Amino acid sequence: MDDTDRAIINRLQESFPITDRPYLQAARELGIEEDELIRRLQSMLESKLLSRFGPMYHAERLGGGLSLCAMRVPQHEFERVNEQVNVFPEVAHNYARDHEFNMWFVLATETPERIGSVIREIEQLTGCRVYNMPKEEEFFVGLKLEV
Amino acid sequence: MVLSERDNHLIAEIQDGLPLSSRPYREIGRRLGLSELQVIERISALQDGGVIKRMGIVVRHHELGYTANAMVVWDVPDDQVDSVGEKLGSQPCVTLCYQRPRKLPEWPYNLFCMIHGRERERVLEHIDSIVASQGLEQLPRKILFSGKRFKQRGAKYR
Repeated sequence: MDDTDRAIINRLQESFPITDRPYLQAARELGIEEDELIRRLQSMLESKLLSRFGPMYHAERLGGGLSLCAMRVPQHEFERVNEQVNVFPEVAHNYARDHEFNMWFVLATETPERIGSVIREIEQLTGCRVYNMPKEEEFFVGLKLEV
Repeated sequence: MVLSERDNHLIAEIQDGLPLSSRPYREIGRRLGLSELQVIERISALQDGGVIKRMGIVVRHHELGYTANAMVVWDVPDDQVDSVGEKLGSQPCVTLCYQRPRKLPEWPYNLFCMIHGRERERVLEHIDSIVASQGLEQLPRKILFSGKRFKQRGAKYR
């Protein structure tokens, strides 16, 4: 990753033009050629620096359900429970964290109602309680990570 | 915003990413039987309506060197959540800030924010400086650093 890649990441985390030649427009702002921008994006996607290049959706406005869930899993059962949880396609990401509440995952479902049923299925399968912590209010943030 | 069937097709078509070619919206239109202009208009409308938060790059934190990711949780009196949430949300290193329900008695925290950094020490210093500059010393808080990441994928919608 060089300075041009960093400039691309910083600029295109803010927005991407919705015009007939969006790469050309963005490339001009960055002072590079259109095909260079496309090539660099391709390469950063292939090397997994970027997760995606496209829309970031607002799940609830799409009619879907989204929630953060936490579990307190005894250390010696962590691996088993973790494997069981990750099998669910609705589990979008899952992180271990250093706290008594040690497993944190995001559920993304096609409907809001499905959140509750997936939680019950996970509880039945794992034998552990799932603490459902859906967002109640969102405070504005930039959704951007400077590199 | 009410979504038409055509919007849903468009949302599904681009959810994994935009084509990496000179006229990406024309290419999407070709796949869906729409003109380039129609695609541009609908994507703009979806963004204006807030269904698309933004277009562009979604990074992978770990791969970019942001391996210290702290979830900082706060126990804030209900009548102060909005003002504290806005203070935290406006900090440059805070990437998410949400109010969530408490789970008493085990979990008293109702305000969550994410802070990403390259080193744990720096993240801790940063949190200290936010606490001091925003006058948040009185609020009980916990810092949960992430350990292993077991799964990361974009949510699938359609």
